[in-house]
Amino acid sequence: MPDVTTHKTTNAEASMQPSTETQTLVRIQDLEKRFDLSGSWLEQLQFKEGKLQRHQEFVHAINGVTLEVQKGEALCVVGESGCGKSTVARTVMGLISPSGGEIHYDGQRIDHLPAKAMLPYRRRMQMIFQNPYASLNPRMTIQQTLEEPLRFHQPGLNPSEVGDKVHEVMHAVGINPDWGKRYAHEFSGGQRQRISIARALAVDPEFIVADEPISALDVSIQAQVLNLMMDAQEARGLTYLFITHDLSVVEHFGTRVAVMYLGTVCELATTRELFANPRHPYTQALLSAIPRLEDDRPTHIRLQGEVPTPVNLPSGCVFHGRCPYADQRCRTEKPQLIPTAGGQVACHAVQEGRL
Amino acid sequence: MPASPAPTSRTAKLFRSPLAQRRWQIFRHNRRAYISLWIFSIVFILSLGAELIANDKPLLVQYQNEWYTPLWHHYPETTFGGEFSSEADYRDPYVADLIKAEGWMLWPPIHFSYDTINYDLDQPAPSPPSATNWLGTDDQGRDVLARVIYGLRLSILFALILTLGSSLVGVTVGAIQGFYGGKIDLWGQRLIEVWSGLPILFLLIILSSLVTPDFWWILGIMLLFSWTALVDVVRAEFLRARNLEYVRAARALGLPNHLIMWRHMLPNAMVATLTFLPFLFTGAITTLTSLDFLGFGMPPGAPSLGELVGQAKNNLQAPWLGITAFLTLALLLTLLVFIGEGVRDAYDPRRSSQPQKGAV
Repeated sequence: MPDVTTHKTTNAEASMQPSTETQTLVRIQDLEKRFDLSGSWLEQLQFKEGKLQRHQEFVHAINGVTLEVQKGEALCVVGESGCGKSTVARTVMGLISPSGGEIHYDGQRIDHLPAKAMLPYRRRMQMIFQNPYASLNPRMTIQQTLEEPLRFHQPGLNPSEVGDKVHEVMHAVGINPDWGKRYAHEFSGGQRQRISIARALAVDPEFIVADEPISALDVSIQAQVLNLMMDAQEARGLTYLFITHDLSVVEHFGTRVAVMYLGTVCELATTRELFANPRHPYTQALLSAIPRLEDDRPTHIRLQGEVPTPVNLPSGCVFHGRCPYADQRCRTEKPQLIPTAGGQVACHAVQEGRL
Repeated sequence: MPASPAPTSRTAKLFRSPLAQRRWQIFRHNRRAYISLWIFSIVFILSLGAELIANDKPLLVQYQNEWYTPLWHHYPETTFGGEFSSEADYRDPYVADLIKAEGWMLWPPIHFSYDTINYDLDQPAPSPPSATNWLGTDDQGRDVLARVIYGLRLSILFALILTLGSSLVGVTVGAIQGFYGGKIDLWGQRLIEVWSGLPILFLLIILSSLVTPDFWWILGIMLLFSWTALVDVVRAEFLRARNLEYVRAARALGLPNHLIMWRHMLPNAMVATLTFLPFLFTGAITTLTSLDFLGFGMPPGAPSLGELVGQAKNNLQAPWLGITAFLTLALLLTLLVFIGEGVRDAYDPRRSSQPQKGAV
């Protein structure tokens, strides 16, 4: 776990103060994304029981995710690998188009917008990628990498203004501006991730999607980068959609947390509430898996079985196969998110008071 | 559209970047390739000035205190006191004597152009090497050395234009296929498979019965079919690159596709392409030579190495034809292969990253 105790205020503390106003910046409504597995239509044709049938298979990466990102918050999305959290991030950024549902940015629907109409939003939302070794073009100097978004989104700037801005963001992320002539491979992983943060900050965005920005980094560097992102949030009033699988990061960084399992949100709550009082059985299992120094005899909740394949989704609640509290209703009926004390949870057992 | 950096800075960057410099160092370190590049460059530059080396007109004439430059101007024989108003034949002893009487002529080292027929051979053509015809003459009495020099120029220029043209088309098509993938890629690949199955030779034979194929005709036909060579390489590079995170980052930035391809993907895909180019070049020279050898290439009379090979085959009693053709082609292709190997090794990541092993 990164050593983050030195940082002055954590977001979790900030969230304790009663939120004066919550304004939705990004609204994700019933988002769905399927990836076609079955190839071209010729390959889909199959003979079954003497009849020619068209057989299609999909990976159901996201199945009806509804999330609202409030202005100024850091909404963390957690879940194990393959639960669709990165797909959510990419869909929000418009890197892949959703198969269903809507994405609204500041009240405007932005999915399926043509590239031209999307441009003003592209400037307001930026993305930080997971692997800093891959997200910087090896053939561009840092200066060129940082100038590119500026030149593209603000063609009105003259070269000296662009230079000043690049200087400023490099300074802001703690990279010596004199290093602009260097190439990405001349930097360490942490420095590269700072540079990609600088690239995201260059155009003064208000919303940043961070797709596991620290999971490729050395543990000793993770805290640095995390603190940098929090400082930037404070200084620039940023809103984050933060994808991660590291719960300790969530505890430190997030104002609210959405827990995803197999392409659905199973619990959504403020960080404090979620860590203090997890409601959903999956969240409980997840939190019990955090290694604690004081535990000499850990009491992990051991889930049975494996995550089902997203190709053939289970009926009803996607978690029912591994849930110790599942009953007949869970196997047939999909649970909806219902409001609880600190957030929302999608669980029949919680709704019925069995849990 | 954003102001893209000036092209000069782009090319300058290409050669000044530490990686490019390291590659250049590796290339220079490969003595064989480096020396080959020098020899090839000298031969190419010399052959570009073929008119100044082998010509049937003098470079400079002084006659009655006036200067004449027959390479650039036509002077009738009457200028020099002759009888005809047609252009002076400076090799004619009569004209030469006229000029020498009241001036002098500066001749290029070889007194023959590629199509000059030496009428005063002391034995029937093809005549063996002599003081006037250093490598002998072919079966029409034309100087072999002059034809080799002009033929080299023709072959190299042909190969150069063909390589540039086909890589331009090939890289574009490969880039589009690799970048968009899916249906475009699928249909593109099938079309290319069909296209590359067409018999070029037969097309050229048919063409040569319709028109007299000249340099540009052959170039055009070859271009139609040779661009497919690079498509696969570039396509593979783009297919790989399009899912890399820096390309995703560029897309998240909202950069239009052509800029993503041009700025982010192409520079990274060019390594494989550049490695390929010298070998395409070699292939183009061989193709032109074999077409000329078969008689479906350059129009009759044009100086070409393939035609020399053909003459050698028809005149086995004149071994200087065959030996010259063989040596010229062997040397030219060897030089190019050596250069190609040097380029390939310089771009080999396992080699070019060695000096940098310690740094991460």
